[in-house]
Amino acid sequence: MDEPADSLASASFFTGARDVAAGISRREAIARTLKAGAGLSVLSQVGGLLRGATEPPPSPSAPGPVTVTLNINGDAHTLAIEPRVTLLDALREHLGMYGTKKGCDHGQCGACTVLVNGERVNSCLTLAVMHPGDDITTIEGLADGDALHPVQAAFIKHDAFQCGYCTPGQICSAVALIKEGHAKTDAEIREQMAGNICRCGAYQHIVAAVREAMQPTG
Amino acid sequence: MNNFSYILAAQPDEALRDWTGPGRPAYLAGGTNLIDHIKLGVDQPQRLIDVRNLGLDQIEALPGGGLRIGATVSNTALAYDERVLKDYPVLSQAILSGASPQLRNAATTAGNLLQRTRCSYFRDGFSPCNKRQTGSGCAALGGFNRTHAVLGTSERCIATHPSDMDVAMITLDAVVRLRGVSGERTVPLQDFYVAYGEDPAKENVLKPGELITAVDLPATEWFARSYYFKARDRASYEFALASAAVALDLREGLVRDCRIALGGVATKPWRAHAAENALKGTRPTEQAFRAAANAELSSAVPRAHNGFKIELCRGTLMQALQTTAALA
Repeated sequence: MDEPADSLASASFFTGARDVAAGISRREAIARTLKAGAGLSVLSQVGGLLRGATEPPPSPSAPGPVTVTLNINGDAHTLAIEPRVTLLDALREHLGMYGTKKGCDHGQCGACTVLVNGERVNSCLTLAVMHPGDDITTIEGLADGDALHPVQAAFIKHDAFQCGYCTPGQICSAVALIKEGHAKTDAEIREQMAGNICRCGAYQHIVAAVREAMQPTG
Repeated sequence: MNNFSYILAAQPDEALRDWTGPGRPAYLAGGTNLIDHIKLGVDQPQRLIDVRNLGLDQIEALPGGGLRIGATVSNTALAYDERVLKDYPVLSQAILSGASPQLRNAATTAGNLLQRTRCSYFRDGFSPCNKRQTGSGCAALGGFNRTHAVLGTSERCIATHPSDMDVAMITLDAVVRLRGVSGERTVPLQDFYVAYGEDPAKENVLKPGELITAVDLPATEWFARSYYFKARDRASYEFALASAAVALDLREGLVRDCRIALGGVATKPWRAHAAENALKGTRPTEQAFRAAANAELSSAVPRAHNGFKIELCRGTLMQALQTTAALA
């Protein structure tokens, strides 16, 4: 096993590929690099100031963790989590499923889009405890083994992502859009994808990818 | 978010019973407004009562005509219902012009009625805000108020009511059905919202713990000639700067009756009674539309940054009237 990347100057930090081959994910490499940094604690203090002065009143029946079983991509996951954990945070922080991204955390960007019973929703604005018994599909659940979902394949073919951060949400949203069947023209695709924003501006290629993925196959 | 407990209610009466008890409760449906507010610290309920399982998620045809729309019907389901598309097109158009598909899938009828202002001073959780903290003042009055209201304002609050669906529903003579511990009652939607006046924190006539169970729409045939027009900075996924919901009873070249409501410009979904009265009995000409708009907007009060809304609203309403009159 190679040495872990513990320096920004290390080439493997940027390519990520060597780290993955060495058994360290890019996430782990970055975490180790930043662990020594003091920047994070400053950010959290500033965030506290911005959040406002009011403290929530003490709750007479302060709840602890509750048990909830979530069906995600066909697998059952039982968690003991507080009711305030969003579905997004349950996926990322409690289940290690990092495919779904946190963009704005307020339902304004669509990066957190997942499918609940086939319908697209912002996972940042729904609680994990609201979904026992629901069929949840995340970006990780679209491919069939090594066979990409047609929407994933179309996104690659049409170069429909740059940084890739909005992409899982775009793809999940597009999968649902196709099933909904309301969009026929490019203008309608744009309107129906309006809940997913892309700072890199890959919109034209996203529309092309969705247009192709909508075509009946064969 | 502050820590809270979560209960899934099985029956409406159980939800009403759950409301009482230690710690401040809130009803939870789609959560697209409530969870946003809890994250912002604007609302800090201690007990969330989930009302999605109370059997209030159907759209039923009423025996005498009209529709009963369950409180937890999703905005998406309501917008694409065949009966709504045919008989109340303004409602479908309004819903589909708002938010995003993801939000519309989770958001509910009742939740949409109860959505709160997007005023940035209300949402920041610390600025003087009479809506958030009675008596603390209004930061928007002397602040950046480009998106704030020009109708229904007071020196206590100028926050805009942001909804599209509610503006369309108020055009359609909607009636809200409520259920509380003292029984059931109905309130016409135009009486449901309270003008900000004395206490901007009070936005509607709900009693504590009262549940919205449904919204009824009447069997008014000419509501099929209705339309929603929304003006905003972006082409989609953006609140209205000004919007107009219009229904016209047009027969033999005369406006026999009409319903007009404005969005994006007022402190509550705004039934434009002055505009309606000016338009009734006239021919649907541009002059008549302008006179109707002028009648309604004569009481508009501009602030430092939102004066443009008065002219924008005039044009938006005229455009909506023109399009509605031209419908086949």
